[in-house]
Amino acid sequence: MPAPDTAKYEALSVESAAAVRQQSAWQRVKRNLSVRLGGTALAVLLLVALAAPFLGTVDPTLFDAASRDLLPGKSGEITTLEGETVKHTFLMGSDSFGRDIYSRVVYGTRVSLFVGVSTALLALAFGILLGLASGYLRWLDGPLMRVMDGVMAIPAILIAIALVAMWRGSLLTVVVAIAIPEIPRVTRLVRSLVLTIREEPYVEAAISLGTPTLKIMFGHILPNTIAPLLVQGTFICAAGILTEAILSFLGVGLPPDIPTWGNVMAEGRAQFNEYPHNIFFPGIFLAVTVLSVNILGDGLRDTLDPKMAKRV
Amino acid sequence: MSTSQTPVLEVRNLSIALPPGSDRATAVQEVSFSVNRGEIVCLVGESGSGKSVIAQGMMGLLPKVLPVLGGTILLEGEDITTASAARLRELRATRMSMIFQEPMTALNPVMSCGDQIDEVLREHTRLSPEERRRKVLDVVREVLLPDPERIVASYPHQLSGGQRQRIMIAMALVLEPVLLIADEPTTALDVTTQAQILRLVQELQARHGTGVLFITHDFGVVAEIAHRVAVLRLGGLVELGDKHEVLKRPQHDYTKMLIGSVPTLEPRQTTPDASAPLVLETRGLDKTYRDRAWFGKRREVHAASEVTLQVRRGQTLGIVGESGSGKSTVARCVVRLIDPSAGEIRLGGEDIATLSARHLRPLRKRVQIVFQDPYRSLNPRRTVGEAIIEGPVNYGLSRDAALARARQLMELVRMDPGALDRYPHQFSGGQRQRLCIARALAVEPELLIADEAVSALDVSVQAQVLALLEEIRERLNLAMLFITHDLRVASQVCDHVAVMSSGKVVEYGEANEVFLRPKHEYTKALFAAAPGKDFVFGGG
Amino acid sequence: MYAFLARRLLSTIPVLLVVAVLVFMMLRLTPGDPAAILAGDAANTEQIARIRTNLGLDRPILVQFGIWFGNLLQGDLGESFYYKTKVAALIGQRLEPTLSLATMTILIAVLVAVPLGVLAAWRFGGWFDRTLMGFSVLGFSIPVFVLAYILIWIVSLKLGWLPVQGYKRIADGVGPWLTHLALPSVTLSIIYIALIARVTRASVLETLGEDYIRTARAKGLPESSVLVRHALTNAAVPIATIIGIGIALLIGGVVVTESVYAIPGLGRLTVDAVLARDFPTIQGVILLFSFAYVAVNLLVDLSYVFFDPRIRY
Repeated sequence: MPAPDTAKYEALSVESAAAVRQQSAWQRVKRNLSVRLGGTALAVLLLVALAAPFLGTVDPTLFDAASRDLLPGKSGEITTLEGETVKHTFLMGSDSFGRDIYSRVVYGTRVSLFVGVSTALLALAFGILLGLASGYLRWLDGPLMRVMDGVMAIPAILIAIALVAMWRGSLLTVVVAIAIPEIPRVTRLVRSLVLTIREEPYVEAAISLGTPTLKIMFGHILPNTIAPLLVQGTFICAAGILTEAILSFLGVGLPPDIPTWGNVMAEGRAQFNEYPHNIFFPGIFLAVTVLSVNILGDGLRDTLDPKMAKRV
Repeated sequence: MSTSQTPVLEVRNLSIALPPGSDRATAVQEVSFSVNRGEIVCLVGESGSGKSVIAQGMMGLLPKVLPVLGGTILLEGEDITTASAARLRELRATRMSMIFQEPMTALNPVMSCGDQIDEVLREHTRLSPEERRRKVLDVVREVLLPDPERIVASYPHQLSGGQRQRIMIAMALVLEPVLLIADEPTTALDVTTQAQILRLVQELQARHGTGVLFITHDFGVVAEIAHRVAVLRLGGLVELGDKHEVLKRPQHDYTKMLIGSVPTLEPRQTTPDASAPLVLETRGLDKTYRDRAWFGKRREVHAASEVTLQVRRGQTLGIVGESGSGKSTVARCVVRLIDPSAGEIRLGGEDIATLSARHLRPLRKRVQIVFQDPYRSLNPRRTVGEAIIEGPVNYGLSRDAALARARQLMELVRMDPGALDRYPHQFSGGQRQRLCIARALAVEPELLIADEAVSALDVSVQAQVLALLEEIRERLNLAMLFITHDLRVASQVCDHVAVMSSGKVVEYGEANEVFLRPKHEYTKALFAAAPGKDFVFGGG
Repeated sequence: MYAFLARRLLSTIPVLLVVAVLVFMMLRLTPGDPAAILAGDAANTEQIARIRTNLGLDRPILVQFGIWFGNLLQGDLGESFYYKTKVAALIGQRLEPTLSLATMTILIAVLVAVPLGVLAAWRFGGWFDRTLMGFSVLGFSIPVFVLAYILIWIVSLKLGWLPVQGYKRIADGVGPWLTHLALPSVTLSIIYIALIARVTRASVLETLGEDYIRTARAKGLPESSVLVRHALTNAAVPIATIIGIGIALLIGGVVVTESVYAIPGLGRLTVDAVLARDFPTIQGVILLFSFAYVAVNLLVDLSYVFFDPRIRY
């Protein structure tokens, strides 16, 4: 049966009638309200962290016995490193040592953002490596997944607490201790992505075109995992910030000389009844930061990877 | 009160809107047709024609983003576009019913089949439990399901696709509605199962005098069961009339084009050259899957066994079969995407069945494959140019030389060479398939495998791609292995045909012989089940 | 079905083994000499050597593990350095408060969150849905202890309705038990509610998009039947799953909550043990919590048998 005259009928075919207009993923992301909201808030917080010395703060370790337990807004005195006594308004009050809460909270932003981002990056890096290995090396998959299941069976906080207790609190150990329990979830995610993407026809086409395995891994599979990993990364960041605060609050986190929101709250615990500002101000900053990261993550997930809504 | 002359369904100037941002304003524009008692009206169209929207619109099942803009729908004279939600619910299943395309997902997986039919009775009647049970068993018997007691207690996952569709029909017809809307109910079924379901629908419809609105894209099905035909294009009705008129003497250009695109079941009359060099030969190809469960029985599935085939240069071998026949398994073994359990696969004389990955690589370019789903066959994050040059670059060609070859190939597949820097999502399904063909040809293979490569395409686009494949095969003197379940497509392109069932080749020979004088029982049954097989399209 | 049950039961064994090994290794993974760390900074070499012999740290590591694991199987979790009692006994004393807190929290959370999530999915895009989603992100983002302090401030200090801290055993009267437990369990349940409500909503939404829902409507069923008999029955599995997985979060929260509300449970014990570097206790508590997590998830998986006939047959 002769083929239809394609040139004449091309115009009539439904397919050519519809121009396929699709917004690129990046544009969708930029237009999403949650992304904008969370992103803006985080940008502001980043600015605060970077510009900390210029925001009316003093060195957060400075204290003055005469200025102890001042309520927010009161003014008092601060002894600088050089030994001078300077007048200072304690915008958020002072703690039981006479330190300026405002300064400690503002500088605390640096620590929290650093911990959040580092935790996420570390967990992602190891998770990707392990997930790729698990997806591609059949013999490794079984045992590795059992180990991951085992790590996930131990509540993350307990792992972090135990590790910090053993390694002594410092910025490095806290980041590592918080990142370790997050690695299994990333590994599982990457592994399942590897397994599903490998079944896609375009990967099979690449195999039959003679593309070596490593090239397939990095050229075809990884680029298609960026979206879900980015979403997962933001949630790890939020969890990292929270966990660090909890660890510091419980007294098993960063050493007390580093100003973190958790430390400030830990120190203010005992006098919560009379001086709640020790807890509330850092608490608000903490909540706002984590909220912004979570909102950003939600927005990213809705635009980049809606299937993830059901995965935990 | 309806006389025998009042149509069961009457649609007048119906328009349904699409959400803003779609490529046209309306899904359906000013469509009018009717369905009479005891009549089957087939609504045919390609993708995007609006046929499914109309089907759901009849039942009032459209989502809020697809509002009815104008027109009326009269069910036995009653205007249902203005009916209240409560009235619509009353009418559903009692006066009008619907069956859908995918029987597995259309049934609630956690409810027994009997309960799902019973639900209809509980909602719309006041029968006692014993009466309901009797009625359920009766209707299950009526749809010709064996052992009704067991079926009624079973869950959907325990039944086959055909059985599930019968359950759906039972649910739809238990209260004897006057109108049945069938939205592509056989598209997801095998050819033989499809034939059974079509016959069932015809019998039930004749017995109860039901009016049927049958949505489909398959002209064979239209030829088999329709009384009247309505052709839709981009939301508008372009032709409406008696089956024989529309299918043999189409008036509208679009209909003419569609009818012209339908492949015939007449095989080609050429005699293939038996002396052409052998490109592919398989001997005793076997693929067995063993289920190594700790508990439960160890099962062995012979996806392919004792498959022996030959393809010569410049010729096309078709492998025809239903799902589970093993035809795709054979294709994937030949490309070494899966490893055969036993047997030889000789490409140009060399056996590649057991080669290690390292030794296999240089030979991979000899055989390439085009897959079924054009929407998943291209990496969404790479330009199509990158996709096409991946192969040649793997085999040592420089990027520039590869790009030059890519441009030539684009012309070969009738696409604009300047489009190489676009992304897959900017192309339609048929265009993507052409790109996949270009990608496969880029490494200059001797054998091209098309694994259901046109099954997911509209009939007009399918015709274009098939013509393209023919042209390429002649120009490049390629050998082709064509996997398909569609007998019409097979008859159009194949020189030789192998029919597979349950992993074995049951019949193998020249297309002429196999199609016109089938020997094996299964082959005969397969051809007997092809819808519209005795119908001659077009030709006045 | 029996294959599923057997497989599921057996698969917990490797996980529990891995947990045991990990917990065992935690102490041995510290840089430096474990005995010195245990002895503390002020110990002399004699004391360190004694500790080393006592704990068997001078034996090969596999032997150490063997002994430790053997004791474990007999229920002997060692002896606490700090409290000078058997760890198992210590845990026994602190078990009731934690169990009460956890149970109360789970009950509140599930009873509140599931209906909220279902309602949000049903009225998708409406004001209720958006409000719930907003609150759930908030609930997720405010750390438990900040929330605790806010609630204490409002309810206990300002309104005086409930006691600020402490715990009363059931044996001493259900009334006081409840009033002391109310604030902590509400605080803790908020995170759990945020999580469960979200996932419930997502599951129900996904279920409502399935083909069989369209079929149910095509049969003329009222929306309430569609929701309950068709959507919820299918969404039950993912909802049950998240309740199980969320236990890990719950346990983390328990540690903090007990700390803020001064409840003498296992969470407080953990923190105190960590501050005192009391490794046997730390190990014992971690083991217990992990086993509890595995057990709960096992129960959840076994419940699938009721929800999903595809597993039964």
